[in-house]
Amino acid sequence: METERKKALEETALKVRKDIVRMIGVAKGGHLLSSLSIVDLLVFLYWETMDISPDDPLRPDRDRFVLSKGHGCPALYAVLANRGYFDRDELWTYRRLGSMLQGHPQFPRTPGVDAPSGSLGMGLGIATGMALALQTDGKLSRVFAILGDGELQEGSVWESVMTASQWKLHNLVAIVDVNGIQMEGDVRGSKQMEPLANKFESFGWTAVPCDGHDMASIEDALDVSLSKVETPSVILAATIPGKGVSSAETGKLRPAEPMDRMTMEESLSELEERSEDKTDEAEAGEPDEKYP
Amino acid sequence: MKSTRDAFGEALMDLGHRKNDIVVLDADLASSTRTEMFLRHFKDRFFNVGVSEQDLVQVAAGMALCGKVPFACSFAAFLVTRAYDQIRTTVAMPGLPVKLVGTHGGITVGEDGITHQMTEDIGLMRSLPNMNVLVAADAEAARELTFLAAQIEGPVYLRLGREPVPALYAEGESCFEAGGGQLLKEGDGVTFCTCGIMVHEALRAAEILEKQGIRAEVIDCYSVKPLPRQLILSSLRRTGCCVVAEEHNIIGGLSEAIARLSATEFPVPMRFVAVNDKYGQSGTPRELQEYYGLTYREVVSATAQVWALRRRL
Repeated sequence: METERKKALEETALKVRKDIVRMIGVAKGGHLLSSLSIVDLLVFLYWETMDISPDDPLRPDRDRFVLSKGHGCPALYAVLANRGYFDRDELWTYRRLGSMLQGHPQFPRTPGVDAPSGSLGMGLGIATGMALALQTDGKLSRVFAILGDGELQEGSVWESVMTASQWKLHNLVAIVDVNGIQMEGDVRGSKQMEPLANKFESFGWTAVPCDGHDMASIEDALDVSLSKVETPSVILAATIPGKGVSSAETGKLRPAEPMDRMTMEESLSELEERSEDKTDEAEAGEPDEKYP
Repeated sequence: MKSTRDAFGEALMDLGHRKNDIVVLDADLASSTRTEMFLRHFKDRFFNVGVSEQDLVQVAAGMALCGKVPFACSFAAFLVTRAYDQIRTTVAMPGLPVKLVGTHGGITVGEDGITHQMTEDIGLMRSLPNMNVLVAADAEAARELTFLAAQIEGPVYLRLGREPVPALYAEGESCFEAGGGQLLKEGDGVTFCTCGIMVHEALRAAEILEKQGIRAEVIDCYSVKPLPRQLILSSLRRTGCCVVAEEHNIIGGLSEAIARLSATEFPVPMRFVAVNDKYGQSGTPRELQEYYGLTYREVVSATAQVWALRRRL
């Protein structure tokens, strides 16, 4: 991957991370750790892979995206805003009465949100139905779905795993955010999900491991997945919960713990230091003043 | 005599010829739900997801999001309860045009027993915002309601039965619409609000009552949600009393829907002929109807009670 392109993507991801921290900080709620772990995957999908039109969000032959782990929606909202689906100021209304940005993704409330989610274990099935309908119509559109690793404990996921494989849905790419945590701690503590690759492969899927925070690795994994013509693919993305914010990465914050003002400010300046593009802060304005 | 599921299977096939966006999904029960007729004609638009009702609904929702009008079919017992969260989250909340068809509704499923007899479906489905709930009383109604389901823009639950039932409607002569009902017999003594197989029992009860000088008005409330409000209320205003008869638990179904309508708009004495908050058991359909009190006899005795108390105008 060319250094320039990689740098630009990383800079975008940093911008998205800052928006997420600010959104969750202002809203005083939302899943920070689980949102930060999927940022790089989403940025790559929305800026590099997917055929989409932010000014025509429902274009019939677009690629689709389903966020099955709906609680990670701050990441999706920040990506959609930065990609031009709606005004970035909307982000500071997240979780508020009347907002287009609900606590979990709602269809058709938010431009760019292709499917409803919030109750876990359903997104892969919806994505399967989409892929099936598109394939039936001879359309070339592809469907991407991000699932959590804890979410894989829902039995309904495995019903869809079998369905997608039965119909050889090669236009379907599932991405598992293997961040290792769920609400009450380590995923291994409730239901051990590994070895994930073997599980998916034994159901007839192509499993591709990748580093979920490395743009080049994500690109390679998507290239392999999209080259398959007989099987659906799953990308097993190794990620770090709270990636980019040290108080979150080190486990100081629990998965759904709200951030206090101090932690938000610290996290923002931490992300700011990593950024080369310093113009963003001034542009973002002060969300708290606008929505006290 | 013809079952509502047979008529549904044929209607679905007709729909397939007329509309290219119709797709049919089944969870390994196509020969019982009668969707196999559609399968034979439209192999590329039929999807058997196997024994997995949750995925049946998820996949149907995904297809609806890509412009299809999916009919997702299974036994009422499994479709509604196994996939309830999926129905709520992926169909009702976004208001997608997924048509959920539950065959084998009610206790007249018979010998298969309690797990296969479904008497909570109407209550569960009508409590979902955005959901339309339809119940077919005979083969012609099932046929028309299948077409209606396809026409309605949002989510629909259509409840059908397993057993053959006598014909009520002449082919192509009655109009079925969203929020509609059929006034099957006019009268001024008592209003019967009913649906499904209990329409037949209510009509028989009306014949008996006629001989005793009470003229019953019989309404087939095939649209349980939304209810045919004006039809029902104008009848209640004429008769001043009401009996609701349904093959469903007494909690949550047509009984409570009518009771709420009446309580809010025009209160009248009311009695309910329904399954009295208990589960069924194995038996022939008729035996079960007798045992659980779902016959014309209960409708007649309920009428005797409300008629004595009727609201005089």
